[in-house]
Amino acid sequence: MKGMSLIVKKMAQLMSGLIFVYGAYIATHGHLTPGGGFAGGALIAGAFILMILANGSGYVRLKRQEEGSSAVESAAVLMALLLATIGLAAGTMVFFNNYLPPGIPGRLISGGVIPLYNVFIGIEVAAALMTIFLALVIYKEEISK
Amino acid sequence: MEVMLSVIIGFMIIASITAIYAKDLLSAIIAQGFVGYGLVICFLILRAPDLAIIQIVMETVTLIIMVAVVLDSSREEFDIMPDKTQGVTIAASFLFALVLLIYFNRAISGLDRFGNHTLRMSEAYVTGAAEQTGSANLVAGVLWDFRGYDTLGEATVLFTAAIGVITIIRLVGKK
Repeated sequence: MKGMSLIVKKMAQLMSGLIFVYGAYIATHGHLTPGGGFAGGALIAGAFILMILANGSGYVRLKRQEEGSSAVESAAVLMALLLATIGLAAGTMVFFNNYLPPGIPGRLISGGVIPLYNVFIGIEVAAALMTIFLALVIYKEEISK
Repeated sequence: MEVMLSVIIGFMIIASITAIYAKDLLSAIIAQGFVGYGLVICFLILRAPDLAIIQIVMETVTLIIMVAVVLDSSREEFDIMPDKTQGVTIAASFLFALVLLIYFNRAISGLDRFGNHTLRMSEAYVTGAAEQTGSANLVAGVLWDFRGYDTLGEATVLFTAAIGVITIIRLVGKK
């Protein structure tokens, strides 16, 4: 896959950082404003996909990136499961128990475990979409050889 | 509200019929994108901003991938010769649609009018959920506290999809 023109490359460089920060905001403020882990993770993956589409597939080492994102995805799902399992040990024996103190609704640090879930699911969704995209790009490179 | 929704859904139906019968595959994808973004406006009218954000992002990513696929392969649709058993297929699909419509009609007869929700189940969620979970966004509170299993299932679906893609789309195996 070839890259696009210089204008597109520069615009992608300017915009992708902003998109990344917006995705991180949506994911971390999921318990306060509309959005959450799924939407934020998809935005973060969109920032990476934009850079790869604009700069061409020579921009990153595809195989290594795919292995890395696959590992990150599995680790994030594992962390979310671990957080849910800790709920079994803490207090009443309930899976997905909200064991941290709820705090005042409206503050950034509130909602107990919910912000942590949002962060980890954001990482998982970003890595999963990235893995799917990279797998498609690698398939295309291998087929055109 | 209902009039706006009906107009947008009507446009969405027209766009999906266009997507089926378009000769150029690129215009079919554009028409399909119209369906997705129309759904975003429907979610906004029905006051579901969480769903609207997810839908707008996923629709964009899907459209990018599909446009890349079409630009890379061919913009022409393959001509499939009409089958001899086509009449039977059409008759069977109309029959199934009729049966489904009858059962759908019987199922929705017990529901309230559009817009008046029966708040039997969700009343327990709405009242006092913010104090119980400490999350100002009710949707996040319900997703991760009351209905954690559902959300875990959703995350697992995406995880499985990624594993499936890397397993199937691989020409050169690992050593």
